[in-house]
Amino acid sequence: MDAIILQILNGLDKGSAYALIALGLTLIFGTLGVVNFAHGALFMIGAFCAVTLQRLLNLSFETIDPDKTDFLGQPLKVKTPYVESWFGPDVGATIIDWSVPLAILFAIPIMLVIGFVMERGLIKHFYKRPHADQILVTFGLAIVLQEIIKANFGANPIQTPAPELLSGVATLMDGVVYPVWRIVYFCFAALIIGGVFAFLQFTTFGMVVRAGMADRETVGLLGIDIDRRFTIMFGLAAAVAGLAGVMYGPINAPNYHMGMDFLVLSFVVVVVGGMGSLPGAVLAGFVLGILESFASTTWATTTIPGINQIIIYLVAIIILLTRPRGLMGRAGVMED
Amino acid sequence: MFGLDKKDTTLLLVVALLTLLAPFILNPFPTDSGLAQFNAGYPDLMQRFVIFGIFAIGFNILFGLTGYLSFGHAAFLGVGSYSAVWMFKLLSMNIIPAIVLSVVIAGLFALVIGYVSLRRSGIYFSILTLAFAQMSFALAYSVLTPITNGETGLQLTLEDPRILGTSATADGSIPVTNLFGLEMRSATDLVIGPWSFTFSAGYYVCAIVMLVAFYLAIRIFRSPFGMMLRAIKSNQNRLNYTGLNSRPYTLAAFVISGMYAGLAGGLMASMDPLAGAERMQWTASGEVVLMTILGGAGTLIGPVLGAGMIKYFENIFSKINDNVLHGWFAWMPDGIEDLTVAIIHPFIGKGWHLTLGILFMLVVIFLPGGLVEGGQRIMRLFSRKKATKDDKSKAKQPAE
Repeated sequence: MDAIILQILNGLDKGSAYALIALGLTLIFGTLGVVNFAHGALFMIGAFCAVTLQRLLNLSFETIDPDKTDFLGQPLKVKTPYVESWFGPDVGATIIDWSVPLAILFAIPIMLVIGFVMERGLIKHFYKRPHADQILVTFGLAIVLQEIIKANFGANPIQTPAPELLSGVATLMDGVVYPVWRIVYFCFAALIIGGVFAFLQFTTFGMVVRAGMADRETVGLLGIDIDRRFTIMFGLAAAVAGLAGVMYGPINAPNYHMGMDFLVLSFVVVVVGGMGSLPGAVLAGFVLGILESFASTTWATTTIPGINQIIIYLVAIIILLTRPRGLMGRAGVMED
Repeated sequence: MFGLDKKDTTLLLVVALLTLLAPFILNPFPTDSGLAQFNAGYPDLMQRFVIFGIFAIGFNILFGLTGYLSFGHAAFLGVGSYSAVWMFKLLSMNIIPAIVLSVVIAGLFALVIGYVSLRRSGIYFSILTLAFAQMSFALAYSVLTPITNGETGLQLTLEDPRILGTSATADGSIPVTNLFGLEMRSATDLVIGPWSFTFSAGYYVCAIVMLVAFYLAIRIFRSPFGMMLRAIKSNQNRLNYTGLNSRPYTLAAFVISGMYAGLAGGLMASMDPLAGAERMQWTASGEVVLMTILGGAGTLIGPVLGAGMIKYFENIFSKINDNVLHGWFAWMPDGIEDLTVAIIHPFIGKGWHLTLGILFMLVVIFLPGGLVEGGQRIMRLFSRKKATKDDKSKAKQPAE
């Protein structure tokens, strides 16, 4: 029983990341009808927002401490981060320690701006072009973004540790020990997903967007500037992907190709959930995450060798062939 | 000639001439000059040009003609490589059986994957092929280690049986791949003044195979079968309404392009008897998509151009470093020189992928027909007068 709970928990944190990325992908697809292969790159940029903030907070100046010497006998140089000298050592250290959660505030405006620029500057021109062209241009954009990050931050993974308070493990019940940060990640993902759904369900803006998803032309005919709202939704989707990346840093150290690694799986998740269905994307994200974690157990890998490597793809193939619209796809969306 | 019309014969002859004279054409700079690093005439790179050319020609038969965007084509290339290496291990070092086997196995593989994937189209087809390719990659890396030798990659050893050949040569080393005794590695150098040209047996074998593959592709493009594939691309619904089942045609195209990929994989293993799982990864599939689009999907010569261009960039651009740049811009005043180098720096050396990405985006945005369309536009610019005369007759749009 404990083992089963542990596997479900293990699946939840990966599932949360899948669900968040797939949610953003589906938002973009459902509103703009664009297949965005650069979404993984947005996830990665989010993670590097956390890296940037961490570096900014650690900017420091050097002072010479005359009382101590280093191992060469020279006067010891002490590095003090600016934050510590401004706010005092205790508060400063805490701020640096909490850099990853703080990066959420830092990442939201950046991701929104990146989203707006991307939509207005590039994606806008691709509404009318075939899906293959959209895939190709966003694929190119993903390569460019990834290489820019690589040029600035190098190819090695960069550690972004969780705050002291939230690292370490928690004992949930006897025998089930689980890292705290993963629980935080899951709660965070649930919060974001809930927030997006509430935004779409309970605000006037969300209502217009949903109407636009159902029938863009009619909403336009009613005198509503639907394009502007869809641009905002693109920014929102970028922000969701970015936040997923920010918080994922402590689980896996960010590197420049993490976006591509997640992108392939997220697309599988979106297709399994049903193109254009938001609940489907979230459901499929969690289901596939949990399935993947169950497939990694020793029992599963000894019964069917290699199942942990291929389970997601296998499930995707079966679902696509038996349920053409995915788990919860709407009728009439990308059916061919 | 060969059942082609005049235009295609010219194209084939031009391509044949270019590939056969490639050792000269790709080595335009004397060996000692500063520009020698732009020479691409060494066997290893030339082989890669033609092998990836074959791969892209095959991909183009599927994507360019039917419009089905496969994101898992590298799987067939990987399977081809593995089968070729197994043939070298078990039968003999002659490349003919190895290449035949790799084409057959890749074809069978494509038949199975295509049969399943082609039940869907559009993005679903892309995702299905991607899923199959990633599955093959993951399996080759882990569970299938007895067949694929996992992370290390499949290599020849001295203990291999090689029924029709020898396990080891007289001096105790692993025998070399050959074509009835003609060793793939053998090469002769021709030195004319400051220039040096290398003629490699392996390259010419690859080049001849590519010319045959190119000829077959022309025949497919011009055949009624090719016409049917184009019809599928332009409007599959209408085709279905006329009561025609398009599946056998798309499946045939998929298998043919899979066999081309297998051929490329087999040749790759013949030139260097190694096979690794990373050849099947989805980034490798993405690369062939880049090549085809960059050159011009749906055109005959486009994919070959694209493949050549990407491989050239990969090998030549990535070699340029800051010192070389400083050498070039030494004539500038110091400050401006450093600035110029600093501006160019991110785009060369390790950053050539960035250049490739930007180039690719520009092509997709402004030149959906790729380099071939760019060439045509330039041609039209020069012969504008003639074009305006013809405009009236061309103005008739097909009914949509």
